[in-house]
Amino acid sequence: MKMKLTPEQQAIYDGEQGAERAKIMKSLVLFGEAFGAEKMVPVTGKYGHLVTSFGLSFLTPVFDLVQELLDAGVVSKQPFSVDPYPLDPNVPASPLERLTWKAIYLKQKPYDKQLKKMGLMNDRAYTCTCYMDEVGNIPEKGDVLSWAESSAVVYANSVLGARCNRNSGIYELFGSILGFVPYYGFLTDEGRKAKWVVEVRTSKKPEAQVLGSAIGMKVMEDVPYVKGLDKWIGTELNGAAKDYLKDFGAATASNGAVGLYHIENLTPEAVELGESLIADDAKVYVIDDAELERVKESYPCIWKNPKAKPKLCFMGCPHMSYRQLQQWTEDIGEALAANGKKKVVIPTVITTSPDVLEVFQKSEEYRKLKSYGVVVSNICPLMYMDNPLCARKPVITNSNKLRTYTSSRYYTDSEILAQITGGDLA
Amino acid sequence: MKEFKGRVVIPGNCTAEAVVTHEGFNTLASMQMMFIQKKTICNDQSNRELYKKELQGKALCLPKTIGSTTGGMMLYTSAKLEKNPACLLFSEPIDSLAAAGAILADVWTDNSMPTVDSLGEEFLEAVKDGDKITVKEDGTVVIE
Repeated sequence: MKMKLTPEQQAIYDGEQGAERAKIMKSLVLFGEAFGAEKMVPVTGKYGHLVTSFGLSFLTPVFDLVQELLDAGVVSKQPFSVDPYPLDPNVPASPLERLTWKAIYLKQKPYDKQLKKMGLMNDRAYTCTCYMDEVGNIPEKGDVLSWAESSAVVYANSVLGARCNRNSGIYELFGSILGFVPYYGFLTDEGRKAKWVVEVRTSKKPEAQVLGSAIGMKVMEDVPYVKGLDKWIGTELNGAAKDYLKDFGAATASNGAVGLYHIENLTPEAVELGESLIADDAKVYVIDDAELERVKESYPCIWKNPKAKPKLCFMGCPHMSYRQLQQWTEDIGEALAANGKKKVVIPTVITTSPDVLEVFQKSEEYRKLKSYGVVVSNICPLMYMDNPLCARKPVITNSNKLRTYTSSRYYTDSEILAQITGGDLA
Repeated sequence: MKEFKGRVVIPGNCTAEAVVTHEGFNTLASMQMMFIQKKTICNDQSNRELYKKELQGKALCLPKTIGSTTGGMMLYTSAKLEKNPACLLFSEPIDSLAAAGAILADVWTDNSMPTVDSLGEEFLEAVKDGDKITVKEDGTVVIE
């Protein structure tokens, strides 16, 4: 072993706390060594976040592993949130699709019980946006985390200034169980330096989801330092800017493998350290209107009939904030009125976390959105689309993450708005 | 016959037919349908080189993996279900999600996937779909 362990860590490695903890430590050590880590450091964040929320029947190997740990009395040292729930009876689906879900998510209830025993924060902690105020899993700047979920990790690193590697599912749980993670990558100052300078030279505010997609596809797992975006989203990390960065980051992480970005004059480390975050040999990527158009046009449409009328619209991947729910309510209301309609013409589902939904349900906007025929759900749209019957449906979305992982087709916010309210596509 | 030497991440010997991608391999998008497929077929619409190609039992030659952090778990699950690629051969240094998958398979299953990284760009330029690949314990990769 090349890694230097503390006496406590070595004892775990040697099996003094049981065979399961020893295997976990071995997995972490091997992993750290693959990345040149010389030591483990304590997880300092208050909460963890797990990516696996779904009781997919075929994921038996994962549930068996969790059960092996629980049977040995091994649980997480820190409470954690977890990705969104895969099921919601309120979301439109045919009887056959519902029947298929039952078969697909046969392990959901047993897995929910496992999560509870393992350390789930509470019964509502199923969301990919655990960092919303209403949910309360908000790391401090500099906190070392053991999280997975690509969109949450990139947000925690970039917008909150926490320190977390792009952990894989299961590994994030290992870190939360032992309370240590290998010290490498985004945990180090050097690993947080930008290898790309992205110059945004667009004539209007770039669509967050397309800009993120373009950057993700170009820089892959590298850190980009983005210049020129503050012109469009400001220099204050307010609600609107955070929402933009949430959607932007999810696209960088899913269309590429970005785990951290810096936005000049906006994100905490960029404000604090400026261009000293840029590595000496950083490459440059210029993004203008034409480049964004090229990227958007490159998305394939894999519908059987590309001209099919959409049967469902999903928005909120990652889950929407309260502010976004309010904004969409206003936008849909205005567009329906302008188009002489009372209700959306395509079944539409907007997703948000259970905690945000609970608050939103008490608002006037919720009543309005419901009256427009929009379903607000805490489901994971990706899990919905994992149903092979749903995957065959022409589904539209404003999420580049959902587009990447499913057969759904991406449209910009304004294109989506026009379609669901019966307007013309520009 | 061409020979390359990389860094061993998971040691092992293996002979298999190559499937090659020059783009990042999106593990979730590629493998999420393996559960309902007889053999694991790439389901990633964005990967024009691999889409609809068989991955199971193949020597997967790639620069790196990309996408969701479920990636490692998908690789681990594929190994546990014996629906995995025979080995993973990276032209670049391995990424965290792929490393997690390869190590989980090694430590927590009886079905290890030999994994070699840092084989260099020349490796991906040389290897073609269907080539016979032999991987040796010391990180030597032979293309025939």
